[in-house]
Amino acid sequence: MSVLKVENINVYYGSIHAIKGISFEVNQGEIVTLIGANGAGKSTTLNTISGLLHPATGSIEFFDEVLAKVPPHKIVEKGLAQVPEGRRVFAQMTVQENLEMGAFIQNKQSEIDEDIARVYELFPRLKERMKQTAGTLSGGEQQMLAMGRALMSRPKLLMLDEPSMGLAPILVEQIFDIIADLHKRGATILLVEQNAQMALSIASRGYVMETGKIVTTGTGTELLASEAVRKAYLGG
Amino acid sequence: MVFLNFFISGISLGSIYAIIALGYTMVYGIAKMLNFAHGDVIMVGAYVCFYAVARYNLNPFLGVLIAMIVCTFLGMIVERLAYKPLRQAPSLAVLITAIGMSYFLQNTALLLWSSNPKVFPSIIGRGAFKLFDGRLSVSHITALTIIACIVIMIILSLFISKTKMGKAMRACSEDKGAAQLMGINVNATISLTFAIGSGLAAIAGALLCSAYPTLMPTTGALPGIKAFTAAVFGGIGSIPGAFLGGLMLGVIEIFAKAYISSQLSDAVVFAVLIIVLLVKPAGLLGKLTQEKV
Repeated sequence: MSVLKVENINVYYGSIHAIKGISFEVNQGEIVTLIGANGAGKSTTLNTISGLLHPATGSIEFFDEVLAKVPPHKIVEKGLAQVPEGRRVFAQMTVQENLEMGAFIQNKQSEIDEDIARVYELFPRLKERMKQTAGTLSGGEQQMLAMGRALMSRPKLLMLDEPSMGLAPILVEQIFDIIADLHKRGATILLVEQNAQMALSIASRGYVMETGKIVTTGTGTELLASEAVRKAYLGG
Repeated sequence: MVFLNFFISGISLGSIYAIIALGYTMVYGIAKMLNFAHGDVIMVGAYVCFYAVARYNLNPFLGVLIAMIVCTFLGMIVERLAYKPLRQAPSLAVLITAIGMSYFLQNTALLLWSSNPKVFPSIIGRGAFKLFDGRLSVSHITALTIIACIVIMIILSLFISKTKMGKAMRACSEDKGAAQLMGINVNATISLTFAIGSGLAAIAGALLCSAYPTLMPTTGALPGIKAFTAAVFGGIGSIPGAFLGGLMLGVIEIFAKAYISSQLSDAVVFAVLIIVLLVKPAGLLGKLTQEKV
């Protein structure tokens, strides 16, 4: 079943044509990755899906419902959560408060408490630091918090923007283990990454973006084996 | 004892500044703009209260309540009509709009209520508590002002730190984009901030005019500027900063009037502000934040 269907969208930043007619879809239970170099338009694509930017033409459907004109906070209510690039945790609020903000659209306190307990189970490090302000956490911990915060809205599709950015290799592996684990538990994930090797190794399918266009697509294994992708993104 | 009398007057005046400064500082914290029309909302609140009490003989506290309701809506309408369309505009455009809105409110008041000063009836009478065999006299309005300020501070601090909407306001003030990704309606949050600030301005208007009973269309302008100064003094964006800045400004102003010169008191206040900003550019309790690129 199709969760997200992006069809032929064009996005402009003023006069810059950032996304040039791309189409892709994410099906229930998949990890789909968008890979590509810096400036290829990956984050722009996610922000357009989240409603922070608006496509000039084309359509975005989430569970067969068209998302045009739906404001960002309503898109979250429909079950679409984004972990933004650079984590963007609320630095002056505590870990616990950040998670509460993630549950902003939830109204039942008992469910919120359950979800917070589940996030702490998934990320025991966060539990140790629940009363600390998020700004005092390390980069890896902030990434965990940003992911936990997004999970608090009980998303039907989780979009991750460059979760490995700026992290030490050991932490990158840890974050990808967590993503694979979330997938095993049934999450549907759209993953944007520059670290193509890591992303493709856990992805069901992938799309390669270059200057606002999708140039190749295939399963994770196919793309890992592809000569062109190897040359361009995997360092030969 | 005379010193203590001045001190209490200063705290009382400072309490009014603090309540007004809250409106400036909360709006700045969340919308990142200086709402120079805020002082004039005080004036509107005072007029509404004046007419409710002097013309329609309502209970003064009911008058304040009506003024709060009117100002709450006024603040939200001003935000919706004048500032919201400029959300993406350069901050200078917003600033000029705010100054324009300030004059618009003053001139509308001039049209509606004329420039003749009205004598504002104190919302709590003109009585006073006599302490130390009458050597220390604290008027009822002075006591009420200080108590009102403390109660407002406590309620607002609890609201910001404990409630869901309060936390959402803090989230918006840190990062609006991320707040939207949490499902927070940023426009509604900004509107709520204006509503709270303007409602408080109505209380400040009633208290101010009870202590200084001359009410004119320009009544709100100078206290507005001083409260803005208080907000900067304490660290703009910080609620405890507005409280501390307001109280200090009031005390400095009264002391300058009493011990230096009543004509020079405003100059002294601003001189102190400049010195504080030279030493602590972010204000007493403000944090210096690097603008994110």
